[in-house]
Amino acid sequence: MAITRRTLPVNRRALLQSGAAIAALQFSAPFIIKARGETPIRIGMVDPLTGVYAAIAQSEVVGAKYALEEINKKGGILGRPVELLVEDSANDVGTGVQKTRKLIERDQVSFIIGDVNSGIAIAMAQVTSEKKVLHIVSGGHTDPITGSSCSWNVFRVCNSTTMDASAIATTLIEKFGKKWYFLTPDYAYGHSVQAGFEKILKAAGGASAGSLVPLGTPDYSSYLIQAKAYNPQVLINVMGGGDQVASLKQFVQFGMDKQMAVGGALFELESIRSVPDTARIGWWTMEWWWDQPGVPHVAEFNAAMKKITGTAATARNWFGYVSMQTLALVANQEKTLDAPKLAHALSGFKLPPEVALQPGSPSYRTGDHELMSTVFVGEAHPPQGDPDNMFTVKNSVPGEKAAGSVEDTGCKIQWPA
Amino acid sequence: MTLLLLFNITNGLIVGAFYVLMALGLSLILNLSNVINFAHGGFLVIGGYIAYTITPYVGFWGALLLAPPLTAIIGLVVERVLIRPLYGRDPLYSLLLTFGLAFMIEDGTRFIWGPQGKPVTIPPFLSAPLSNELFFVTGYRLFMVAVVIVAVALLFVLLRYTRLGIRIRAGTLDLETVAALGINVQMLRSLNFAVGIFLAGLSGVLAAGQLGLEPTMGTGLLMPSFIAIIVGGIGSLPGTLIGGLLIGVASGITAVFFPAASEAVIYVLMAVILLTRPRGLFGEEGMMS
Amino acid sequence: MKDRLTRNWIVLAGIWTVLLLAPYWMAPLGGYTALATRVIVLGLAAMSLNFLLGFTGVLSFGHAAWFGLGAYGAGLTLKYLALSTPLAVIAGMLLGGLCGAVLGALLVRRRGVYFAMVTIAFGQVFYYIAFQWSSLTGGDDGLRGFSRQPIDLGLFKLDILSNANSFYYFVLFCFAVVVGAMGFILRSPFGRTMIAIRENERRSRFLGIPVERHIWIAFTLSCFFMASAGALYALVNNFADPRGLHYSQSGDFVMMAVMGGMRSFWGPLLGAAVFVVLQDYLSSITVNWMSFVGLLFVLVVLFFPRGLLGFLQRSKA
Repeated sequence: MAITRRTLPVNRRALLQSGAAIAALQFSAPFIIKARGETPIRIGMVDPLTGVYAAIAQSEVVGAKYALEEINKKGGILGRPVELLVEDSANDVGTGVQKTRKLIERDQVSFIIGDVNSGIAIAMAQVTSEKKVLHIVSGGHTDPITGSSCSWNVFRVCNSTTMDASAIATTLIEKFGKKWYFLTPDYAYGHSVQAGFEKILKAAGGASAGSLVPLGTPDYSSYLIQAKAYNPQVLINVMGGGDQVASLKQFVQFGMDKQMAVGGALFELESIRSVPDTARIGWWTMEWWWDQPGVPHVAEFNAAMKKITGTAATARNWFGYVSMQTLALVANQEKTLDAPKLAHALSGFKLPPEVALQPGSPSYRTGDHELMSTVFVGEAHPPQGDPDNMFTVKNSVPGEKAAGSVEDTGCKIQWPA
Repeated sequence: MTLLLLFNITNGLIVGAFYVLMALGLSLILNLSNVINFAHGGFLVIGGYIAYTITPYVGFWGALLLAPPLTAIIGLVVERVLIRPLYGRDPLYSLLLTFGLAFMIEDGTRFIWGPQGKPVTIPPFLSAPLSNELFFVTGYRLFMVAVVIVAVALLFVLLRYTRLGIRIRAGTLDLETVAALGINVQMLRSLNFAVGIFLAGLSGVLAAGQLGLEPTMGTGLLMPSFIAIIVGGIGSLPGTLIGGLLIGVASGITAVFFPAASEAVIYVLMAVILLTRPRGLFGEEGMMS
Repeated sequence: MKDRLTRNWIVLAGIWTVLLLAPYWMAPLGGYTALATRVIVLGLAAMSLNFLLGFTGVLSFGHAAWFGLGAYGAGLTLKYLALSTPLAVIAGMLLGGLCGAVLGALLVRRRGVYFAMVTIAFGQVFYYIAFQWSSLTGGDDGLRGFSRQPIDLGLFKLDILSNANSFYYFVLFCFAVVVGAMGFILRSPFGRTMIAIRENERRSRFLGIPVERHIWIAFTLSCFFMASAGALYALVNNFADPRGLHYSQSGDFVMMAVMGGMRSFWGPLLGAAVFVVLQDYLSSITVNWMSFVGLLFVLVVLFFPRGLLGFLQRSKA
């Protein structure tokens, strides 16, 4: 077996040297920053920029970076320029925790934002609580973040799963009926949403069955076969990301949309963009929507996002934007960076209209630190006019109404001495 | 219940057919070149994205015909530059290299096409299900099965009746003698790899219609292909075919009784095969020791 | 001969000095202690894998399974059994090691590509069990709700929970114990036999060596070592999750071993250091870090198959 030896075109030594140089740069970076005059205020953001949530995570970063520009234009925080350090959690809890530690211990950030993945967000919260750093969860939805695992330093912008489910459940019951079939991803977020729905369904005397689907399932036929056999009035699709895209596509291919309605909690704009027109259907909740005629400042924000991304603003852009603006506003208001003081000030903190970008003035509820933002309930459809006009709001539910009471969340905040 | 079971078995065969397509490509590369191609899922994704990109110009059918060969060409380049230096070395190296390549492909597709999934529309006449009872036998799934059957048939013809095919089969059994007979082994390996990647690209085009087209699409499909090969027997293409169908059916049946385990059951199946008949259903004794 | 021995002692002393003083020289260079701890733990994992890969010549690509089992063992112990860190480490080690022993018995007859594929697949079985058995393992969200406990040494308490340096030294201590055991075994007749099997299995068999049994023992030992690394990893993060069992994690470990140098004892530690630091650094400066890491894999395989230490040794000759 003759295998000719090819002489290597690249100098092995050169490669090794350049590799060593790159490694050395890692250590020299902080020196470069310290050489500048004024010490900026650093905010750390940890999000899964690679992996299955990359699209929505990157949307959050876009919103945050835009907020950064606006904050610095207005003079920064406490007169100092603000820096945003973005780290990739790669959808892995270990990496997320490590990056959080790195941001706090090495980069000396004053605040932490993140993660889209609820599991990572909770693990990060352990670190930020230990280090007493103010932490805003921009996009992780599971209830415990502002529920059983709540903490004095953790605040959340996006809705809890209970809020999303409660906002739309009654609408689905009234419009379609009380017999539901759940397609639920088999992890905490999925269980949480399903529980939220089932609570209201049972109270209304409805019946349900469902399938727990492993994450990353490519083929939904067995579950859809069972769903069809059950013959519900609504299929509640709790799946997320790529799984939601695949399951909806297959649902429509089976012609099941002619037999039953489909709906659920989240069907984010990023996901609606990923499905063909035939699968742009169903009743869902949006945690923020770009088309709010008559509400000031929304059109400007949307235009700004469109300039950066080429497409309309999504809820994720808004989450990143609000997280950053909240930190700047409260720090400038209290004229301090002290975490416990800021946390006290944030309890009940109302967002000004140019940040809230919705009717009313949502605030971070004192009891659980959850932002009481409006839940936009509506219907998805193929684009009408604007290519991103794929959702029509039929009903806006105020956050407080959707959230239920603080006692129900199970959150008991313990403030530091 | 029996009806539900029957539905799921039929459906399992349909799903299995898709696994067969992936696994055959992987098997071809493994058998001749001893290369475990961890980047196979990546080539699937490339196939899907190429199809998406050229569809506006050549339509759905054009994309179906052109994307796999284009993917195969990329495969040829990869083989020539990256894989060829590794022949004759420990299989560890090809494993590691293709593993790294998979990273690069995932990130590369995310870089070129963005992290957001791309909407893939299939021709309307394919979308509708066959009938109300057999609603899960959608036109598209039947179409996929038809494409798989055609591809397998063509592969069979290639391997049985063409010179290239005969050489590949001979090479799988004894590459040294084939080289001694004066055949250009380098080219043989390249073409074999290209055929394998062609099948991966074709899988990608088909998958894009059913799943979301995004950079991480391929990772979940790689493992079942491995299992199909192990179950069917390393070194045997008919074995891979049966293996793919078997795991599809096993998965489908399990989804009826114990949905959470429908993915895990194929690993259990593999474990059972390894314990009772390690060479796989159709593998040859001593093929891989 | 005496020169070589002295040189070995000097090298060993050098390595341990660097490791012992890590928290002190890392900070001024822009590192942070938690990074060093991570390097030690993952380096231990890579060295455990190399015990099998580099010294016995057996490619297991699903070795992360034992790593993950070690992590879950430690986590479950801390969460449900007893608030004792040393017990957690031992429990994790036992869980991974015993499972490895059982499965190893099934695998020893296979070699090469087949063995690699089978280990990948078995690793994935454990991944799925961890994923699905969510009532026990927490499923996709991982095992949470435990944390490393301060160690009561009678005279004083070692606060490894909040003190990063204390924890680093604790991890280094465990590392030293395991690595010491590894070195001891490799120097023993058993270790020599392993190398003999790696060099020429057929000849070893002709010499009457029970090859399968040796491979099984080496495999099992490697699993115990791997599991101890996993247990420490659970302590680093205060959680355990299924991703630690996934074949991509295995791939990372193999890469560290290859990159550092498979034929040398300390190579994998060096490989781990480079890999962890590079990945940490790259992922902070670019969102396309995956391409670079993948490229690193490709380049190492093509141009540095003997790893960094192998390259350095060659250039000396």
